[in-house]
Amino acid sequence: MSPPGAGPLEPYERDFEIFRAGVGGDPAWLRGLREDAMGQFREAGFPSTRLEAWKYTSTRPIAEAGFTLAASDAGSLTLDQVEQLCFPVFACSLFVFVNGRFAPSLSTPSTRAAGLPFESLARLRSENPAFLEGRLGRVAELKEHPFAALNTAFLDDGAAISLPAGAVEEEPVHLVFVSVGDGDEAPWVTHPRVLVHAAAGSRVTIIQDHVSVGSAPRFTNAVTEVTVEENARVDLVLLQREGDASHHISGLHVRQERDSRVSTHTVTLGGGFVRNDLTLLLAGEGAECKLRGLFLGTGDETVDNHTLVDHAVPHCTSRELYKGVLAGTSRGVFQGRVIVRPDAQQTNAFQSNPNLLLSDGAEVNTKPQLEIHADDVRCSHGATIGQLDLDALFYLRSRGIAELAARDLLTQGFATEITDSLPAQALGERVRELLLDRLHGAGNGARS
Amino acid sequence: MLEIRNLHATAGGTPILKGIDLKIEAGEVHALMGPNGSGKSTLSNVLAGKPGYEITEGEVLFRGRDIRDLAPEERAAQGIFLAFQYPVEIPGVTNNYFLKSALNALRVHRGEPELDAMDFLALCKEKMARVDMPEDLMNRSINEGFSGGEKKRNEILQMLLLEPRLCILDETDSGLDIDALRVVAEGVNSLRSPERAMLVITHYQRLLDHIVPDFVHVLTEGRIVRSGGKDLAQELEKKGYTWLERGPEGAAAP
Repeated sequence: MSPPGAGPLEPYERDFEIFRAGVGGDPAWLRGLREDAMGQFREAGFPSTRLEAWKYTSTRPIAEAGFTLAASDAGSLTLDQVEQLCFPVFACSLFVFVNGRFAPSLSTPSTRAAGLPFESLARLRSENPAFLEGRLGRVAELKEHPFAALNTAFLDDGAAISLPAGAVEEEPVHLVFVSVGDGDEAPWVTHPRVLVHAAAGSRVTIIQDHVSVGSAPRFTNAVTEVTVEENARVDLVLLQREGDASHHISGLHVRQERDSRVSTHTVTLGGGFVRNDLTLLLAGEGAECKLRGLFLGTGDETVDNHTLVDHAVPHCTSRELYKGVLAGTSRGVFQGRVIVRPDAQQTNAFQSNPNLLLSDGAEVNTKPQLEIHADDVRCSHGATIGQLDLDALFYLRSRGIAELAARDLLTQGFATEITDSLPAQALGERVRELLLDRLHGAGNGARS
Repeated sequence: MLEIRNLHATAGGTPILKGIDLKIEAGEVHALMGPNGSGKSTLSNVLAGKPGYEITEGEVLFRGRDIRDLAPEERAAQGIFLAFQYPVEIPGVTNNYFLKSALNALRVHRGEPELDAMDFLALCKEKMARVDMPEDLMNRSINEGFSGGEKKRNEILQMLLLEPRLCILDETDSGLDIDALRVVAEGVNSLRSPERAMLVITHYQRLLDHIVPDFVHVLTEGRIVRSGGKDLAQELEKKGYTWLERGPEGAAAP
């Protein structure tokens, strides 16, 4: 039942009625989790720009599009298409989701995946829901994040990655979320969920890749929850390369225990509207996190990055480097908050957001923010906005490198710090290529 | 090879070059000397095609062709090379990738096949040895964190790799200790050939002890006020630039 005047919520209310009837077989705690989440979303509604967290980006394009839940059998994809979309180097471990639903036939065969710490959420829901209880929804703060609430309300399928104590996974776990849909289809939404649990002393690298095929308007509302226990290490890569008609909201919620290590790379190379929320809670002493981001805006895209690092205890370190490249009439946003709680003495927190504007029409809003309530800390933050260095451009051209190629070299050079730090070298190379492809208008939406 | 006729140029709207005539033939090494602010660097930038400079009068012919409207990369393709006084630091682009891109761009222009990574590396190692350049500099970002001497060696390395027809060296000796100066000069001298010309711009005579010019020109206030053989450089070193500015005999146009 939708309250009066809640027009934009209506399609979601309708979908929720149908959806919850279909998952009535789930345990009571899970059904309750969804109901509560829907309640949270209902209460909050689509966030307005009056909220500090949404100051620079209006959610109206999403609210007004009237996205409806993607049908469970929506979209199909061939193995050939998957191979073209993905990075060959990770073909050994690949878990593909089509319109939010796990596609075993396109993924690493279960026989070969036997030792890998992957399971689909839908399967766990039906076969081992006890595993999910107390883990799902533990880290994501729904009150502050209405879209995470919406994702939870429609919690259905996704990935669960769980490492037992001491387990070390050398190969990255590669998740590919493909949105498939042609232009004449109704605008639809998916709510993929990823749950990561790294027990004490374990280690894993997870690459989460969002691609779109076809030109249908779509809305991916993804949530990833990560728990990193004592001394564990998780390296996360989020790669977004969706098409112009895509709306993408991604919430990454991380909780770190004592002496744990987390690195994130949020690489946004395409999407009409992209919003990334990263929330990291440093809950155990000695925890360290590195947040890196590379975002490219072309055409009239909007890319909004919002990070929150919460230093709750002493002796933790956070380092944040986000680099923006804005072309055309695109808009970029970086809002980075670091909170140092009164107890969090001996905190190290560094934050930096350099931006490169490649055109007169491009725009970036940057707001690094430190809130320090302790007195014995080392913190710094900074942001810059600049253009390509003309002396550097002339230097390259004077050696025979054509102007366009020289500009590309400098643009790639700007991104190098991020691409070089990606947890797999081949991935860095690919991102460098994709950066230029996207910049020059190729591969809007993935090649299909 | 290079013929400059009555060249007038402005930098950011300010007139700097006020009627330069200079002719350089293949096989010749010309030195251009002059006090600070006389227009030496402006001339080198104008020849290389740096944006921000405007030719207001006169012409520049390279191998018989007017190059005023050519982009910097087109001039490079024609065989013009400027060794920068202040080589630019470019973070995030490796020296190796840069030099390979530059060489292959020129090779494509000359109708030669591109070099692959292996062949390039072999060629590069050979040239690096000639300027005493440590190999790890290839994997670093262009000139970033290089010492003054390393930056200048990197310029000469580029020259050795690209094998230009006309080498313009802009104050290549500045910031070099005597050992580095010798290494750099040896690199330059190894490129001297009957097909190649050089324009060596310097404030001091000491570089010309190592790279001995065929002709020396003195630039003052945007004009070449005196030209001569290599002895002119020694005379200048002894008497100073004020000698030319003061003495009536020095004011004779070439």
